[in-house]
Amino acid sequence: MWKRAMIGAFVLFLVGAAAYASFFIAPEEKTMHVLQRIFYFHAAAAWAGMTAFFICFVANLLYVWRREERWDSLGISSAEVGLAFITVVLITGPIWAKPAWGIYWTWDARLTSTFVLWLLYISYLLLRTLIEEPDRRALLSALFGIFAFIDVPIVFGAIRWWRTQHPAPVIMGGPGSGLDPTMNKVFFFSVLAMHALMVFLIAERYRLEKLRTDFEVVRREAEAI
Amino acid sequence: MTPPPFSPVGLRFQNIDKRYGGLLALRGVSLVVAPGECVVFAGRNGSGKTTLLRIAARLVRPSRGTLSFSSESQAGDARSIRPGFVAHATMVYDELTAEENLLLFARLQEVEQPENRVETLLNEVGLSDRRASLVRTFSRGMRQRVAIARALLHEPSVLLLDEPATGLDPQGVTWLAEAIRRLRDSGRTILMSLHGESDISSLGTRAIRLDAGSIAADTRTGATFRSILTFADA
Amino acid sequence: MSLLPNAAVLLGKELRTEFRSRELLTTTVVFILIVIVLFSFTFDPTSDESRRFAPGLLWLAFLFASSLMLQPCFLREQHNDTLSALRLSVSDPFAIFLAKLAANTLFLLLTELLLLPLFAVMYNVPVVPVLHWLVLVFFLASLGISIAGTALSAISAQARMRELLLPLLMLPLLTPILVASTEVTKSLFERTPFVQWKGIGFLAVFDLVFLTALWLFGEYLLEE
Repeated sequence: MWKRAMIGAFVLFLVGAAAYASFFIAPEEKTMHVLQRIFYFHAAAAWAGMTAFFICFVANLLYVWRREERWDSLGISSAEVGLAFITVVLITGPIWAKPAWGIYWTWDARLTSTFVLWLLYISYLLLRTLIEEPDRRALLSALFGIFAFIDVPIVFGAIRWWRTQHPAPVIMGGPGSGLDPTMNKVFFFSVLAMHALMVFLIAERYRLEKLRTDFEVVRREAEAI
Repeated sequence: MTPPPFSPVGLRFQNIDKRYGGLLALRGVSLVVAPGECVVFAGRNGSGKTTLLRIAARLVRPSRGTLSFSSESQAGDARSIRPGFVAHATMVYDELTAEENLLLFARLQEVEQPENRVETLLNEVGLSDRRASLVRTFSRGMRQRVAIARALLHEPSVLLLDEPATGLDPQGVTWLAEAIRRLRDSGRTILMSLHGESDISSLGTRAIRLDAGSIAADTRTGATFRSILTFADA
Repeated sequence: MSLLPNAAVLLGKELRTEFRSRELLTTTVVFILIVIVLFSFTFDPTSDESRRFAPGLLWLAFLFASSLMLQPCFLREQHNDTLSALRLSVSDPFAIFLAKLAANTLFLLLTELLLLPLFAVMYNVPVVPVLHWLVLVFFLASLGISIAGTALSAISAQARMRELLLPLLMLPLLTPILVASTEVTKSLFERTPFVQWKGIGFLAVFDLVFLTALWLFGEYLLEE
């Protein structure tokens, strides 16, 4: 219990440190000034979200192969956490875009693909609520999760190829576009902090899921009596 | 009926568990069925009879444990043994005719000379004159006969019947009992689940009662036929 | 290996069933028709505007229609538990998927080709000079839609709210097809039409990737 609290505190500290670095250590960007600093959260959250979905994919594969409940629990945990991070990405995008470009949404290739990604994993969660029997739910959502993840690079590819033909404001340059070495360091630190937060959240959610499934077993056996 | 070209097949269930969510539908079921035995399974609804048969049909994967088949000619390779399965549902297409249904499944199972085989079976189950009618127009008894014909297309050495007499009128039950008797006498291994005594249950050479997913009684180990069957709905 | 013969036999059954009742085909055709007509109310179908918007609307209509058309795919196999009969009879469960996706591709293609003339007339787009390329795009896209849709309909058939669930699962997944097909179609409707080989290749790759995924995981979709 104390160990978890301490780890949580440490993760929070990391995130706080990353925030501090974003605001005070990283040099100000020439064109966007203060506004650009949101990039450190936005892009780092995107990477952390994608990693979470990758963890979900691996958990799905493991469930289909081994049929052990823990892989299903890991799958739902990582999907939810991933979705939370991606939601942050989708919200910080428009927050940045409005003062920068005057419009909330720009159909920037990455943001658009991220939106589809968000829809896919919302569907994953929705599917789970619509299947009652736990083993069926685990198997079918794992299979959908696999198909969904396979689709992700294809979605990004298609939108990048065809939806960037027309000039559109690009929401922040790529991670390496800030050539300043300090900026890069701050960025990678943010990515680290976000990943730490992601792993911590998945672990906590997983614990919760285990408690829930254990409770379900007891409840069903009690009902059967 | 001419003796079918097969060698009798036995089954072995080893420590079978089947879990649905938190509940065990079958727990630690171990059972050896000798080639040619005709086993009657009795038990309340939910005792695991259907699950056990569906595992034998390999429609359901056990959560734990194994199922294996054994025969003299084939070296126990479960993959190649295909039981015939008659379930509660008819498992035939309402929108196709009896003949089309049987031809479909005969071709899928790569039965030799499918048209002849279908012809033979239609005669055996007494549906020759209704071969070109859509199954949708059939009575329950007739559908059951199509289902049985479907199960027999590939001349299986093992037959699985899950409450096959449900919905049949007394005439239908008599016909079914006769059909099962002939199959049993030809050396096929038969597993069937039933609800109590009837013409069909008396065909069994062995009876087993399932209770809450476990074997509660077995004529092999001393229980009487009658006791197993009459406690079925207790 | 009995995979292809099994699939062929099952395909025959799928086709026979559908052509006997023609339920799926007629309802799908009418649905796309309604969508196409309704879309035309939302903008002025002058030649230039049409060329820009029409391809997207066409593919949107096809996608929506397919997400409805594919619902009965595995649902109807629950009636009388015929799915179990199929699983018992075939040597490779992938044959079931192969047959169904082939049938679905055919049905989709048929409805698309049936509606193409009407679409061309209503939206003033020149279809005849590029007809063979259009057929190619229709085929590759319909194949992709069918592969993914058949797999997903096996999933949705086992869930609640399946009527709404299948579109929910299919539409985000098929965005790449929407984008690629629209783009290729758009280029074909240009004043000087040209073939976007990038798009055609992309569709083919999509089809291959998901067909492989279905082949690898299909049997688990049918598990009880």
